[in-house]
This record gives sequence, structure tokens and C-alpha cells, in this order.
Amino acid sequence: MPDQTLVEVAGLSKRFGDVEVLKHVDLAVRAGEKLAVIGPSGSGKTTLLRCIAHLEKPSAGHVTIAGERVGSKLADGRVVEMSDREIARIRTGIGMVFQRFNLFPHLTALENILLGPLKVLRMPREQAEPIALGLLAKVGLAHKRDAYPERLSGGQQQRVAIARSLAMQPKLMLFDEATSALDPELVGEVLNVIRQLAREGMTMLIVTHEMQFAEDVADRIIVMDHGSIVDEGPPHELFRSPSHPRTQAFLRAVLERQAMATSSAA
Amino acid sequence: MSFAWVNDWMPELLVAALGTLRMTALAFLLAAFLGLLLALARLSRRASLSRLAFGYIEIVRGMPAVMLLFLIYFALTSWGITLGAFAAAVVGLGLNGAAYLAEIYRAGIGAIHPGQREAAQMLGMRHFQVMRYVIFPQALRVVLPPMANYLIALLKDTSIASLISAPELMLRARDLSSEYFMPMQLYLLVGAMYLAMAYPLSRGVRYMELRLLK
Repeated sequence: MPDQTLVEVAGLSKRFGDVEVLKHVDLAVRAGEKLAVIGPSGSGKTTLLRCIAHLEKPSAGHVTIAGERVGSKLADGRVVEMSDREIARIRTGIGMVFQRFNLFPHLTALENILLGPLKVLRMPREQAEPIALGLLAKVGLAHKRDAYPERLSGGQQQRVAIARSLAMQPKLMLFDEATSALDPELVGEVLNVIRQLAREGMTMLIVTHEMQFAEDVADRIIVMDHGSIVDEGPPHELFRSPSHPRTQAFLRAVLERQAMATSSAA
Repeated sequence: MSFAWVNDWMPELLVAALGTLRMTALAFLLAAFLGLLLALARLSRRASLSRLAFGYIEIVRGMPAVMLLFLIYFALTSWGITLGAFAAAVVGLGLNGAAYLAEIYRAGIGAIHPGQREAAQMLGMRHFQVMRYVIFPQALRVVLPPMANYLIALLKDTSIASLISAPELMLRARDLSSEYFMPMQLYLLVGAMYLAMAYPLSRGVRYMELRLLK
């Protein structure tokens, strides 16, 4: 069922103190869809992703994944908080890749990937290890299985982090500016891994500043500004002929920045 | 000058030093365990639990350890609780140390980047799994050196147990001093014995710091 909705965001608001970071956001993501989220910094992109993962608790509204509400549930017609156990169970179906990688520094690359399958899925080691090694090979790091994160480059760490998420066999992957902390020459290797995943049909929400990448990989792009979705559409329409003034302004700013970066590099 | 008195004292002092080591080890284990419970309570999302732990830590840190020992050994009897001197010393030093170690643990856990917890949560780990597999192993590196420093301080602090006549090195030294009237020789010797026990520990700490914090 290709048109089945996997993620539904309904009336989602989030405030930190006096600042309203998300303002009544509605969004539906189909199973298998690749959705890129772009917009200026501070526009609420990351907070949207973190609310979907329930790393932030919404101030209002809710998120539904595969028909199940995240963080709260209806019991006897009332909304009640989910327990630690229930939230954990929902999160096993969601992979998240962080800007700062967040690999576990006390574990090797292989152990990082094995931790979830062994401790959360309670898979026997002889079953989990071939899967983990396969994932390491898939991200091109089979030779780094015994390396600790501090011995890996940023790009390699991020690829291990992606493999670690995939080991849980998630039905949804969230990428939170996965290449923003990387040196420019390391961005490509990580984007290639994400592209590969996209081709395999993974449902993905990608918060990114890489416009070219967003255009290549996404089925649909949403533009956020000041906590709201201000524009959305297929990439070629959105980039070739942006209709919304804020999208135009944002894209112009991005182009200018890229032009400046290119001229200063030359 | 004759050193014959050393031969007279040594057997007794060595037995007493063993008492010091036993008291140190038991009080340390108690403090390490209770301190962990306190730290977890302190970090708990349940506000009442956190406040209770905070109160305990503040009160105990604000009291002399020797007073805690007196309370347990002399005052608790009026409530019908009677402990032997050695047990009272272990409990008193353990309760006292728990407050210090709780703060050391809390600092260690606080030193771990919040991203670590989030990454573990996104693997579907429950709270205790996040702690067990991700936070504690990393916090241990931060916490071990100050814990070992506390162990050294505790070794010397067991000497206050002599004030409730618990069998350990300092008590024996005071007894011998009043028997032989040679305080200079005696206390220098006992001081050297404390040093002989503490020095390997502090070398161990130095080694650990080099290994862990490279």
C-alpha cells in the first residue's frame, strides 16, 4: 500500500518558555516517502523532528506513527501519558541520525551497532553479529569494525551512526542535519549512504541545508519559517519556480551564501 | 639507642592496622552503594525523591563525621538500637561517605553529553538500560579518580572511630602511648603505618588518572 500514511502530525505546537518554536503544524508522510525539510535556522525544523521522535514533548497537538500516538494515548476517552516502556517500544521503530553523531565512545564501531539488537531486541549474538557486520559493509566501513569512535573521522562516525540506527530495522528514519557538523570533503560519503537508503525505499524525514541533495533525493520538500510550514511541493517545482515569497527569499539567501563560499574558496 | 619497643608494639599494631583496613573496606562499600542510590534519587524525575536525597546530602555534609558516629553509637541506644563499636563506625562512616560519593556520582553522570542519552533512547532503550549500558560505563571513567581519592581520605578518617573505642590502629596507638609514655616514637611509627597503607592507593590513583584521562 504505497499511499498509506506512516507519520501524521496534527496541530503540533511547541513552546520553550515564551518562544513558540512550532505553531500548529500539520503534516502527513506516506510510507516510502522521502521528505526534505528546509528553511532558515531557528525555523523549527529540528524541533519538528525531535517532537516526532518524542525527544521533545509537544505543548499541543500530537504525532501519530503507523496509527499509534507517540507519547500519549487515549484510555477511556481521556489522554494519558505513555510509560517509559511504551515510548521505548515506539522508538525502536524510528531511527534517528544526529548532527553530532552521538556514537557511544566506550564501544567499538561494531559494538555500537550491536548494542540495540542485543539489549533491546534481545537477539542472540550469533544472529546479531552477521547483521551488524553486513551493515558496516553497507556503509563502507567493514575494516573499521574494531575502531573506537575517537579513531574515526566525522564522516565515518556518522556512517556508523546510520548503521546503528538501521540495525533496529526501523520503518522510519529521521536525519537531523546529518552533515552539518562535517568538514566539506566528508559530506559526500554520508550523503551517498543516505541516497542508497532512499533508493531502497526507506521512509525518511531529512532536515538539511544541502539544497542540491534535497532536490536529488526528496519526493517532496517542505519549507519552514518561524515555526510554520510556509511552502511545500515536489523539488523541481519548488526550486525552479518558487511561488511563495518566503521560499524565494530563503533560496536567494542560500544561493548567495553558496556563491560567497565559492568565491572565497577560489 | 634501642629499638626493642618496636618489637613490643608491632604485633599489636599490625593487628590493629588490619582492623583499620577492614573498617575502610566495609565503610567504602556501604558508602559506594548508598551513594549510588542517593545519586539516582537526586537525579530522579520524581521531585519528592530528589528533594529527600538533596536534604540528606546537605545535612550529612554539614555535620562532623565524628558526631554521626556518636549519634549511632551512644544516642541510638536510647531508641533501643545498640551496635558494637566496630559496626557503628562502619555504618557512621558509610552514611557520611554516601553523601560525598553521591555528589561525585552526580557530577560524573552530569558530565555525559545529553546526546548520548538521546541516541540510546532512540535505540528503544528504557531508562535503566540507558543508564546501565550507556551512561554508567562512561561516567565510571570520570568518577573513578575522585572515588579513589575519597577512599584514601576514608582510610585516614577511620582514626576518628577510636573516639568510640572501635578496634583500629589509632585506638591501639593511644592505648600503647598511655602505657609506654613514648608518644613521639609511637605516633611517628603509627603515622608511617598510615602512610604505608595510603601511599600505594595514591599511586594507584595517579596511574588510573593517566590511564583514563590520557
